[in-house]
Amino acid sequence: MKTNQKILLQFGICIFLFILIGILINNLTINLLRTGLGFNFSWLFKPASFALAEHPLPYTSSDSYAWALFIGWLNSLKVIVSSLILATFLGTLIGFARTGKNSLLGLISAGYITVIRQTPLLLQLMFWYFVGFLGLKDNMFIQIKNIFNLSNQGIEFSGLTFSSEFLALLIGLSIFTSAYIAEVIRGGILSVPRGQWEAFRSLGLSESKGLIRIIIPQALPAIIPGLTSQYLNLAKNSTLAIAVGYSDIYAINDTITNQTGRAIECFIILLFSFLLLNLLITNTMEIINRLILKSQKYS
Amino acid sequence: MEPIVIAKNLTKSYTKGLRALDNVSLTVDQGKVLVVMGPSGSGKSTLIRTFNGLETFDKGELDILGIKVDSSHDERKIQKIRRRVGMVFQQFNLFPHLSILENITLAPVHVQKRRQIEAEEYGMYLLSQMGIDSHAKKYPSQLSGGEQQRVAIARALALKPELLLFDEPTSALDPERINEVLDEMRRLAEQGMTMVVVTHEIGFAKDVSDQVLFMDSGKVIETSPPNIFFSNARHERSRKFLNQLDKHK
Ligand SMILES: Nc1ncnc2c1ncn2[C@@H]1O[C@H](COP(=O)(O)OP(=O)(O)O)[C@@H](O)[C@H]1O
Ligand SMILES: [Mg+2]
Repeated sequence: MKTNQKILLQFGICIFLFILIGILINNLTINLLRTGLGFNFSWLFKPASFALAEHPLPYTSSDSYAWALFIGWLNSLKVIVSSLILATFLGTLIGFARTGKNSLLGLISAGYITVIRQTPLLLQLMFWYFVGFLGLKDNMFIQIKNIFNLSNQGIEFSGLTFSSEFLALLIGLSIFTSAYIAEVIRGGILSVPRGQWEAFRSLGLSESKGLIRIIIPQALPAIIPGLTSQYLNLAKNSTLAIAVGYSDIYAINDTITNQTGRAIECFIILLFSFLLLNLLITNTMEIINRLILKSQKYS
Repeated sequence: MEPIVIAKNLTKSYTKGLRALDNVSLTVDQGKVLVVMGPSGSGKSTLIRTFNGLETFDKGELDILGIKVDSSHDERKIQKIRRRVGMVFQQFNLFPHLSILENITLAPVHVQKRRQIEAEEYGMYLLSQMGIDSHAKKYPSQLSGGEQQRVAIARALALKPELLLFDEPTSALDPERINEVLDEMRRLAEQGMTMVVVTHEIGFAKDVSDQVLFMDSGKVIETSPPNIFFSNARHERSRKFLNQLDKHK
């Protein structure tokens, strides 16, 4: 392309963007005027006057909307972080089984990955919630000496309680994400040259020692970026919490929007809540990545 | 003379109908050097890789250092063999994320459970024998091909092996770097190391080997002492191969 044409094209794109932004701002002001509410956040400090089944910090319905949103954000963080850990654990196991020498395990894990990836996440969440937990009896289903207790109310484990909503979401998100993580792990392992396997085997190292000392350290640089993007997907997918009635940031935001009519402010809050979550994930992974590269001075 | 390697009727196919190894039998006695030659794809790598269990086989028997294995590929026996047999590869296959010394001490510490200090001392001794002890703290990518291959030899020696396998150890090297590796191998042969070497280095084979085994299409065509093989090979196929090697030089 000639420089003239390039400049013309860039000019065109600029004008297009200007018009687009103009339309958006125009719509926003018209809508704000029509609701007659104006654009402000002072309502955040009024009492929320709805109850929350699940709150990691103290919360009553007389607490403010802002506090309710923060509780929702914590609930999101709780389910995201725990799913992330469980999904990574499961995904790593399945990824190794998929690449390992045992052909039966390889077949089973390949089947797992296919089935999980071919089914919509929403369906899987519904399955775990309605079949997995609500299917249980309401009186104690499995009880072990008052320490562990599984029922349709969830799990009680030595004083800690996990609601069936949280657990269905945790299990659903973890299993769904683990299938993708397994593929990321497999890709990373396959990126290590075959000669490295032959070298550690010829030295008499066992498969597990070879994996830990030789293969995984070399696979990590290829695994971390894929893992990060799966973690970000998991964070976004966690908004399906609303389907099983778990009070995450999205569900609480939705309730508040309906209650106050502050759709635009709520939307902006939601946007920044997720921005914060994603920044948290990306930065943590970036730090991990840098630590790995630093420990591998050769590259 | 105690035999170190006894192979009987080894047969292997990767794909049906195509034999990578076809009824291969051979013996290598203690302290002897066997050179394996043959055109590309004739099964040389497959053969020596069965010796330390990197490759399975379909039929036949193997006896390595008195440990007998067959087509069932018993992992425990293979593991025993690997602790006593070293291997050097065409592409060096050093561990790029470990320093030179760490490459060498890995197996002694984690397989033989030797003390780190002891393993490092012996590693430094092996490196100094090859004149590359000044590189101990460096990483493989900072070394030349010839130096990397000598580190790979030191890594194999660190387990004090009773048999060393070489699969075209100089084929990936610049011509002016080949001798520094061959010289190490000569030194090992002089010290009485039992070795099986896949190579096309005629000079090395003439000087160092006790027997030359020539393969084609997975079969052993002939096994002769080097003076006979290089001047008066028994088989037409061997003579043709040697002629072609000469032309390439
Ligand atoms: N992993 C493998 N899968 C399928 N075929 C293979 C494999 N490795 C080697 N072969 C085949 O086996 C034959 C012998 O190969 P190889 O032992 O590598 O020969 P050489 O080392 O003499 O060049 C060749 O026909 C090659 O294509
Ligand atoms: Mg080969």
